[in-house]
Amino acid sequence: MQFLFRYANPHEFMRLSGRILPFAAIGAALCLCVGLFLGFSAPPDYQQGRTVLILFIHVPAATMAMGVYGAIAVCSLLSLVWRHPLSDIAARAAAPLGALFTVLGLITGSLWGKPMWGTYWVWDARLTSFLLLLFIYLGYMALWNAMEDETRAARATAILALVGAVNIPIIKFSVEWWNTLHQGESIVSGKLAPVFLAPLLLMMAGYGLLFVTLWMIRIRTAILERRARTLMQAN
Amino acid sequence: MNFEMGMYSVYIWPAYGISAVMLTAATLWTLWTWRRAKTKLAALETRGKAKA
Amino acid sequence: MSPFVTLLSRDIRLAARSGGSAALALSFFALVATLMPLGVGADLHLLARIAGGTLWVAAVLAALLSLDRLFQGDFEDGSLDLIALSPLPLELTALAKITAHWLSTGLPLTLLSPLLALLFNLPPPATLMLFVSLLVGTPAVSAVGAIGASLTLSLKRGGLILPLIILPLLSPAVIFGAGAVSLVLDQLGAQNALGLLAAFAFAAVLLSPFAAAASVRLNLGG
Repeated sequence: MQFLFRYANPHEFMRLSGRILPFAAIGAALCLCVGLFLGFSAPPDYQQGRTVLILFIHVPAATMAMGVYGAIAVCSLLSLVWRHPLSDIAARAAAPLGALFTVLGLITGSLWGKPMWGTYWVWDARLTSFLLLLFIYLGYMALWNAMEDETRAARATAILALVGAVNIPIIKFSVEWWNTLHQGESIVSGKLAPVFLAPLLLMMAGYGLLFVTLWMIRIRTAILERRARTLMQAN
Repeated sequence: MNFEMGMYSVYIWPAYGISAVMLTAATLWTLWTWRRAKTKLAALETRGKAKA
Repeated sequence: MSPFVTLLSRDIRLAARSGGSAALALSFFALVATLMPLGVGADLHLLARIAGGTLWVAAVLAALLSLDRLFQGDFEDGSLDLIALSPLPLELTALAKITAHWLSTGLPLTLLSPLLALLFNLPPPATLMLFVSLLVGTPAVSAVGAIGASLTLSLKRGGLILPLIILPLLSPAVIFGAGAVSLVLDQLGAQNALGLLAAFAFAAVLLSPFAAAASVRLNLGG
């Protein structure tokens, strides 16, 4: 906790993020390139044929979509309970990225579904929960934009994010239950052959590092914008 | 690298294409807003120094 | 009379007035239930299959109509500040408003539902389940709705954001409630569905006053 508060100072954050950024960016590029290379070099999957390639961009996007919301929930908790000064900025900065990953997860999931199940959209548990997650992201961003007072907006959106965080597992559970009720298709789950594991993990790392890079830049941007606003008010 | 997709290419290429486009656009937009904020702040600071 | 009951009865009286939320919600509910067959055709077999889902969604939307005014009216004329200062804890105030909303919207909708189920050719056992599921589930709609209402109470056009915020959160209620009706329609046991719905509603009513009170406080500048 001390660690987090040491970097709560905007100056400290700018300094630290400035040093980490190049590594994160290069790391992201490396992971993505190597991951793609390995992925495309692998033979077709026994069950899925070449469509397994879509998995390399679907699973990372889907994981990030959920992970980013988790990050927003943690930031909201820090902001609300411990009054950590930068966490509301961080949460707001992360949201559009999370929404983007959710959209990518939906699109790639749909394109993966067409060859697998025959239709572009299937009401399976994962895709349906994702669609709902997208709406939750949109509501969160809408609330930030709608409230003029930034301090109030920070606290209101924090409450909303936490309520959402509690609700998401319930939603996932209810959608899975609903799916079994209506003869749902189950995602072709099961083991992925080991030859695909390495590229998948690299792609996930790549997406993760890309998110961290973009997130840090967005937080830095928000800090600069805040400084600009104080200057304008002073003039 | 093996680029033979057979009949699946109509799904695989759009999936990769859209992902690449959207992620690139997000990166470019992030960099653009950063640059804009930086220039704006620099302009305000020089104006403030000029006044003082 | 305890402050809780005073607040409760005042809110109910406001809602029950003509042009208040009760009449509006019922009319909306009935209208949507009428529009749906116009949209999908008069095949009675099809209508019976979609009755549970349609009527559940229509009920949720109808209950939504009056939610944005749940705290806003009192906020605008200053009474919310006074209420917040009263000895009644803000959480109980929220609970009183949730109860008033349910009594003036959710409950009347539930009571009307068997009549509308008739329009959909829903057989009696399924109609009974629809009634029971709405009875158990609409309190959750009022409870979760109160969270959205309290978060957006300072927004002039907050009414547009409110559905966006709370409808995803209400999906479990729709899933379990409508699911229970389909199960009965297929002559399967719906106890699990009803149980899950009851658990969701119970948790919602128990926990949402805390979130709603916190939101009211932050909006009052506390």
